[in-house]
Amino acid sequence: MARTDPKKDVVIVGLGWTGAIMGMELANEGLEILALERGPDRYTVPDFKYPDVIDELKYGIRFGFMQKPRNSTLTVRRGLDEVARPYRQLGSFLPGDGVGGAGIHWNGQTWRPMEEEFRLRSYVEESFGAEIIPEDMTIQDWGVTYEELEPHFDRFEYMAGIAGQAGNIQGEIQEGGNPFEAPRSRGFPLPPMKQGLDAQMFADAARGMGLHPFPRPAGNATAPYVNEYGMQLGPCNYCGFCERYGCLNYSKSSPQTCILDALRRKPNFSYRVNSEVLRVELAEDRQTATGVTYWDEEAQEEVFQPADIVLLCAYQLHNVHLMLLSGIGQPYDPTTGEGVTGKNYAYQMNGGTTLFFREHDFKPFAAAGSNGMSIDDYAINRIDFAAEGFIGGSYITAGISNGQPIRGISLPRGTPSWGPEWKAGIREWYGHAMSIGSHGSNMSYRDCYLDLDPTYTDRHGRPLMRMTFNWKPNDIRMTQFMRSKIEPIAEAMAPDSWQSSYKAEGAQYDVRPYQTTHNVGGAIMGTDPNTSAVNRYLQAWTQHNVFSLGAGAFPQNIQYNPTGAVGALAYWTAEAIRRDYLPNPRPLM
Amino acid sequence: MMTFLRILTALVLIGIVALLAFIFVPPQVTGPQTALTADWQPEEGAGEYTMRLADCEACHTAEGGTPFAGGRPIESPLGTIYSTNITPDPETGIGDYTLDQFRNVLYDGLREDGAHLYPAMPYANYRRLSEEDVRALYHFFMEELEPVSAPDHENEMPFPFNQRWGIRAWKWVGLGEGNLSSEDRGAYLVEGPGHCGACHTPRNAVMAERGYTADDPAFLTGGEIAGWTAPPLHGPASALRGWSDEDMKLFFASGRNDHVGVNGEMALVVRDSTQYFRDEDLDAMVAYLKGLGQPAPATAAAADAGGTQAVLEAADPGMALGPRLYLDNCNACHFTNGRGADQVFPELDGSSLVTAASPVGLIETILWGAELPSTEARPYSLRMPGFADRLSDEEVAELATFLRDGWSNDAGPVTADAVAERRQDDTREPSQQPQPAQR
Repeated sequence: MARTDPKKDVVIVGLGWTGAIMGMELANEGLEILALERGPDRYTVPDFKYPDVIDELKYGIRFGFMQKPRNSTLTVRRGLDEVARPYRQLGSFLPGDGVGGAGIHWNGQTWRPMEEEFRLRSYVEESFGAEIIPEDMTIQDWGVTYEELEPHFDRFEYMAGIAGQAGNIQGEIQEGGNPFEAPRSRGFPLPPMKQGLDAQMFADAARGMGLHPFPRPAGNATAPYVNEYGMQLGPCNYCGFCERYGCLNYSKSSPQTCILDALRRKPNFSYRVNSEVLRVELAEDRQTATGVTYWDEEAQEEVFQPADIVLLCAYQLHNVHLMLLSGIGQPYDPTTGEGVTGKNYAYQMNGGTTLFFREHDFKPFAAAGSNGMSIDDYAINRIDFAAEGFIGGSYITAGISNGQPIRGISLPRGTPSWGPEWKAGIREWYGHAMSIGSHGSNMSYRDCYLDLDPTYTDRHGRPLMRMTFNWKPNDIRMTQFMRSKIEPIAEAMAPDSWQSSYKAEGAQYDVRPYQTTHNVGGAIMGTDPNTSAVNRYLQAWTQHNVFSLGAGAFPQNIQYNPTGAVGALAYWTAEAIRRDYLPNPRPLM
Repeated sequence: MMTFLRILTALVLIGIVALLAFIFVPPQVTGPQTALTADWQPEEGAGEYTMRLADCEACHTAEGGTPFAGGRPIESPLGTIYSTNITPDPETGIGDYTLDQFRNVLYDGLREDGAHLYPAMPYANYRRLSEEDVRALYHFFMEELEPVSAPDHENEMPFPFNQRWGIRAWKWVGLGEGNLSSEDRGAYLVEGPGHCGACHTPRNAVMAERGYTADDPAFLTGGEIAGWTAPPLHGPASALRGWSDEDMKLFFASGRNDHVGVNGEMALVVRDSTQYFRDEDLDAMVAYLKGLGQPAPATAAAADAGGTQAVLEAADPGMALGPRLYLDNCNACHFTNGRGADQVFPELDGSSLVTAASPVGLIETILWGAELPSTEARPYSLRMPGFADRLSDEEVAELATFLRDGWSNDAGPVTADAVAERRQDDTREPSQQPQPAQR
């Protein structure tokens, strides 16, 4: 039997980055808030404590901090004519669970999208003509501009204590930074990370070719830091255990280090763990939500939690799933192109070249998730899309993030993957390989989307979500273009050998190897209720007291890691709720 | 012979009468320092603020219990005393105390029924509270708190220490001269409500503080609490050596600064008391503590005469066990120079915890870890993990000995037996013990 708990002003679904930010911002308004987190609670000690957490088998291979597919998964297919099958083993992407969410196990790369990316369709049409946009490409403007978001990027970066070198402060180009970035109101709160030999060699080669290397913006603290909430970071010691691990050293920007203990002090904020939200409940007229129903793992019962405002702050895939299950927005139909919920799912198009040097020891064990040097010379605002025949761009980067023994050792192609020759290869090449990667955009397409699976259900009897996604020629041309830029840099560095791995014509999406956990879209933002699921304030068009945070709002994927934009959008939405919505709850557009 | 017996009998009778008088004749009480009118009322909020200054909550609240309902065990060398319920419940608390009876508790260690209180209640320090603060406290406990019914926990004191009349004799020698409040705000806070001397002043043969004001040279030169050294607050080994005014203020406000993280019982003081001090009171307290005489920190050249940093950075595989354990367990946060990082990772070089006369605090910190209190100024309850599950007694001893002798430190070695004793005697509250990770 379901129980009903006392009403709250706000219920937050998921306590990761966006849930913690929204909790803090709205708790400061005096609202009564409950956050529901499907996973367990997590603290640096004991959950990430040294040395237990630097266990590659437990966390790197067996995904100790990730969602278990037996509890939560989706089905995947590559086109409308395929039958989707459940994602039974984590591979291509790794959604986190527990308090802190993916904010505990990321690398910390914290970028701002380019100005042009926020108004991509307009930019392409104005600069190159609408005719260069392929017929099945469904890219859109975000409905919010970089200029509007700049104060919120700034706020997020100062809250999270990001280390980096600004390239453009109020229009003034800064030596050593990214000259192609959008203007910042001020520099980073912390100086950039130290760079390994590989990044220095890459930067030297790039500089020699007239390119513009700069240090990657890092959520790995380079000095002790205190943020606006009084929360603290300790300096990173380059232990090389960032991605897939919680930080043992209080050094990685995360909800734990930057927000949660300050939030826990708020008497009007509380949270429950092991509480998975099953659906958002709507009023009879469907104009508003009345709260959420969740599964209380401890009590083994469903609970209805009434609330005036529902904030969807779970991972992108789950926010979209909840919207589809709850009837928030019309589900997207790829045959007619109508409907909005589930529309424009997109991913990330990455590639890379690995270089082997007998004479160099890169000491990969002394590294961090975000150290490294990058160039933005082939970014979205640097490419003539009409001339090159694709829409998109990449940042190109070198920076060893770890020297972990199981996954962290690159071997020259042809080396056996087992036996004495593999062992000999490991001995010979450990510490002698580096890579140059391209981290590229991914456009949105008419037949890349999310809906409810017709066959498979989860442990609560709900239909699984179905992902329909495949690589498209436009994005493959983009990544091949990056290959043509990276390989000359690699050659200029004169390695003993090198090998490339980029998607080539005809490449099909493969859900098995890890690629990136940058899943975006499906709850996209915009200014037209016919083409977006949420408005420019991330407010559901159809239920004005529901807001959907996170990368689901991206109408196509940016060429950068998404967290910076996710954080800025959260502060943007928090401000809209505080200033405009609370005094007069209504559709803000 | 008869004369002798008569004299003896008379003496015995006199002795019995004296003893009965000693036990039953009510002692003189000190009375108010200044006369306030009967209708005098404390300013709004003064009651709670004075309670914070006097840190009543830390001792009178059991771990996880209702504030001020008592029940916290206080270990003394003579046995375990449990703090009492000081909510205004008339049956189990102090609800029927008159103002005079309340003052008698604070000034003379006398209960409502005239029984003598163990000096675990720091009336030797609270004697210096101003009448205004006595009245403010009385207002807080009588008017501002909800009564809680919670019977007091029986003390665990063996004979003869369970005979409270003996405390009367202790008071004659233990309470010191006079009880006037200092006119200097900083001195008043430290000597009176703050009762800093209760832990930080050494005690004499009868367990009385060797001085209650800055006029006594032994005042605040270091004491002991729960086996841990409460460090000196002035003099050559002062825990405040090299601290700026801002360092001191941030420590009291948040339990952390560029040098240390608060540890041991002092964490409760920051959690329940000093974090609530007004800025001007912190300034006054800092000025007073500075005035006691703070030596300059060791110069950089003298700081590492033994070359500890060089040994650690050379990382010779043949290095001794102590530095190797340091590199493998401590270096990630505290670094090869032992300086840690401002406000996050405490300094080990020059740390009063590391070099304390008693190594108990250091051993327990290595074994069980530590946690900073969450405060308004710095909400993060940063935790150091414990290493009890990772290091043997011998290894903890080697590591502790290395730390006590590393950089500019110069304190005696630690034995494996001393570690074994602490490991067996895990008296931590359950909430302080590491929780198993939820998976």
